[in-house]
Amino acid sequence: MPERPSKRIYFDHGATTRVIPEVVEAMAPYVSEKYGNASSIHSFGREARTAVDDSRARIAALIGAGPSEIVFTSSGTESDNLAIKGVALHESRGKGHLVTTEIEHSAVLEPCAYLKSRGFEVTRLPVSKEGFVDLGDVEAAIRDDTILVSVMMANSEIGTIQPVREIGKMAHSRGALFHTDAVQAAGKMTIDVDRDNIDLLSLSSHKFHGPKGVGALYVRKGTKVEPLLHGGGHEGKLRSSTENVPGIVGFGKAAEVAQRDMPETAERMRHLRDRIIKTVPETIPDAYLNGHPTNRLVNNAHHRFDFIEGEGLVLLLDMSGIAASTGSACSTGSLEPSPVLLALGLTHEQAHGSLRVTLGRENNEEEVGYLLEVLPGIVSKLREMSPFSKDRPKCGREGGCSVQ
Amino acid sequence: MYSDKVMEHFANPRNVGEIADPDGIGKVGNPQCGDVMWMYIKVKDDIITDIKFKTFGCGAAIATSSMTTELAKGKTIEEAKKISRGDVAHALDGLPPVKMHCSNLAADALRAAIKDYEAKKAK
Repeated sequence: MPERPSKRIYFDHGATTRVIPEVVEAMAPYVSEKYGNASSIHSFGREARTAVDDSRARIAALIGAGPSEIVFTSSGTESDNLAIKGVALHESRGKGHLVTTEIEHSAVLEPCAYLKSRGFEVTRLPVSKEGFVDLGDVEAAIRDDTILVSVMMANSEIGTIQPVREIGKMAHSRGALFHTDAVQAAGKMTIDVDRDNIDLLSLSSHKFHGPKGVGALYVRKGTKVEPLLHGGGHEGKLRSSTENVPGIVGFGKAAEVAQRDMPETAERMRHLRDRIIKTVPETIPDAYLNGHPTNRLVNNAHHRFDFIEGEGLVLLLDMSGIAASTGSACSTGSLEPSPVLLALGLTHEQAHGSLRVTLGRENNEEEVGYLLEVLPGIVSKLREMSPFSKDRPKCGREGGCSVQ
Repeated sequence: MYSDKVMEHFANPRNVGEIADPDGIGKVGNPQCGDVMWMYIKVKDDIITDIKFKTFGCGAAIATSSMTTELAKGKTIEEAKKISRGDVAHALDGLPPVKMHCSNLAADALRAAIKDYEAKKAK
């Protein structure tokens, strides 16, 4: 085994990211001396208000929106809830049909399921084996009473990038609104809400080096949305709560840095990703890429390894100083592996043996090289323990794997 | 989330492998749920003289397999039959609650191997 590096290596940027020093520095004054309530009229309040407004402009710039179209929330999950339930429950609607996909984040699927339990109708579209929604399916699914189409910009697990511009256009041509969860995509690819025909777009700060506990929903001017939180009428009456000023400042700085550095960071991550995608199947037998080879997030490499289970992979990588993640059931506490992987048409066994590597702007060649050096040995070690192999891919025909 | 003992057995599992000419084999689990264990035993004079396992599953599944082989080795068949899921979890300083059901199958695999051994012997 190669020598373990002195510093831990973080390849789980899809889960969360480090708050970079530039962002910490920007936030610091708003935690300590500039602690005013942004609604106050005095100088403390005014400096907080100015900071919140500056951040709003920076976040708007990241997605080609106007500052007044940005609503601060506490998270990507809250943004998704506000978009979906907010549209459905507005007095101008109150009933109707929603279209989404089988591979959305639970922060989209669960609000849709909730609305279904309250009398709305929901269509969940399947995806191809590479994780793409079929535009013909979208067109066929939209009805006269469809109020909202919600399709994520890029998938959190397998990184697949959806044709949002075309989907948005289809939604608009039938009088429906278009929401996209861009939590994983933001900061890693160019987003333009006008070009991409987006009415509502969810963002989360901590996925691109901002602090946790703050997110935003882009709401196109004139879009009618019912608030989830009623109270003092903050955020244009869409989200009452005293503004999380330090969080918002950090979020704004992170958006500014992401946009400023995107050409360079995206290219670097893409190069590292492609090295992983090329090398893993070359050096490890029975290893396969999940998702599309190129039409995917620049930082996402997702593989599956036959005959082994993903939690073991993640634990052994962790023992080697590498943090990554898996779509295996065992890592989540449910008996079902990732619904995203099952939606691709993978069997349960295949879905259990998956590994997600999500790169960040600070990862380098040396770290990727170390991963590629240790991974074959880790896969072999688990395969030596496994009852399954190429010669014995399943349990045999003697009645499956139940107790004999 | 895992105890040090679970991690130690996961990282250095005991008695991994197959026995070429076993006296009993126990196969339990379901790959759909993510855990499958195959347990092989060799029995002489009513004592489990050798035991090996192969497991497809998470860290807890591998650690419980390893611990079960340690608990069973050298025991009489009657003693080995009494090894319970709870005994295995206890010997590992506990398992996370969610793993108690889905990944703690090794004692079942051992019992299945003993059952197979007894069935063969009865023939």
